[in-house]
Amino acid sequence: MLTCRDVSLSYGGRTVVENVSFSVERGDYFCVVGENGSGKTTLMKGILGLLPLSGGRIEFQGVKRTEIGYLPQQTVVQRDFPASVREVVLSGRLNRCGLLPFYTRRDRACANDNLERLGISSEAGKSYRDLSGGQQQRVLLARALCAADKLLMLDEPVAGLDPVMASELYALLEKLNRDGMTLVVISHDLKSAVSYGKKILHMRRGALFCGSTDDYAKTDLYRFMSGMGGDGA
Amino acid sequence: MTALIDLLAELFSYSFIVRAMIVGVLVALCSALLGVTLVLKRYSMIGDGLSHVGFGTLAISMSLNLAPLRVAIPVMLLAAFVLLRVSENSKIKGDAAIALISSSSLAIGVIVVSLTTGMNTDVCNYMFGSILAMSRGDVYLSVTVAALVLILYVLSYNRIFAVTFDENFARGTGIKAGRYNALIAFLTAMVIVVGMRMMGALLISSLIIFPALTSMRVFSSFKRVVICSAVLSVVCFFVGIILSFALSTPVGASIVIINLAAFCLFWAAEKLGLRA
Repeated sequence: MLTCRDVSLSYGGRTVVENVSFSVERGDYFCVVGENGSGKTTLMKGILGLLPLSGGRIEFQGVKRTEIGYLPQQTVVQRDFPASVREVVLSGRLNRCGLLPFYTRRDRACANDNLERLGISSEAGKSYRDLSGGQQQRVLLARALCAADKLLMLDEPVAGLDPVMASELYALLEKLNRDGMTLVVISHDLKSAVSYGKKILHMRRGALFCGSTDDYAKTDLYRFMSGMGGDGA
Repeated sequence: MTALIDLLAELFSYSFIVRAMIVGVLVALCSALLGVTLVLKRYSMIGDGLSHVGFGTLAISMSLNLAPLRVAIPVMLLAAFVLLRVSENSKIKGDAAIALISSSSLAIGVIVVSLTTGMNTDVCNYMFGSILAMSRGDVYLSVTVAALVLILYVLSYNRIFAVTFDENFARGTGIKAGRYNALIAFLTAMVIVVGMRMMGALLISSLIIFPALTSMRVFSSFKRVVICSAVLSVVCFFVGIILSFALSTPVGASIVIINLAAFCLFWAAEKLGLRA
């Protein structure tokens, strides 16, 4: 569905991502892990076309750029933004509107479906800025689902959530994945990545590991990074 | 009550006031619409920067005996482009850079004026606004600009919302966010060109910032904020112009004071727990 070949990206004159190659297959739950500053977000922005590649190639198979859902990290601007939940979720449908200036009935139905799917129908009329962090994240996920048919890219979906809300969100993602959605998830929480993901890409500028979760769990890298023994602990 | 009606009847008997009313209502409406996005995107300094560049341009064109609008429109469009670039690219130093551009263009304008014509009433009017400044041509121009702003705003409303709320998501899902940022900046420049001589270069940016900030105190959906800003801006303009006529105060300052009062009112309402 998505293939990256020797992808490099630089940010502010510095190479942040160097020669990363991997491929995501249909139905994958693909986790990108690594420390802060290891280039995870930059790589995702490169895939989405938000940043220009300084080298390599990215190819999509069977999915168009406008069929990808994206859950970015929250920005400061959003926290006190006066927008209703419905307005935010509907904006996910804009990539389907083409040249049409307004939403169609189908767009509204899709937004309602996704509000229901994530259990936030009752919040539709509320203001985004009055919601809790967990609910805000659900709203953004609902918006991403409105934009996505097959592929969903999530950047730190559980950042800032308490453990209960985080595990609820993981359960939601697992369900989406079972229903056929391909997921690419950035996380710095290794343990949850290993317990939920099917494939792992461990980054530190380049790819330290790329392969199945089972293989990854056996590596010294994982044991070291997760603090479960190995050479460093 | 009859005193007020008499006052209004007298007000509308002057054709220059009717012209000012037309231009003012249109400028107030357009700047309120654009202001919501500018304030939410933390771009309100662009409006301020543009108005100062506007003063510099007017001062220079006056001392060269050129038609002010013919010079101002292209210069302001260019300035909008530059200011947008500055605030997009260097997030941290953006506001400082805009302050630098604003005060420099104000200084250049003042120097040019003092070397040529001297500080006459025209210059004073450019800074603080004058109700007498609106000609028939200004009315036509403001109607054209307002029609342009309203049509483009309504047609791109949903995309403007998306780009304002979350530019990364919008771009990631295929919206040309840069285009909408540029559209907002250019339309703002046009609105400032039209409104500047009546409101004054130092006060026009308040028309952009106040209604949006005021509406956000109480309203919590984007659509409501936009509608409330538009209505509020027009109402404040009317009250302000009547106040200015009744007390013989400068029109720009009177409108700003009314906007400030509205802001305080909405702020108090928010503190009392009123949300809609």
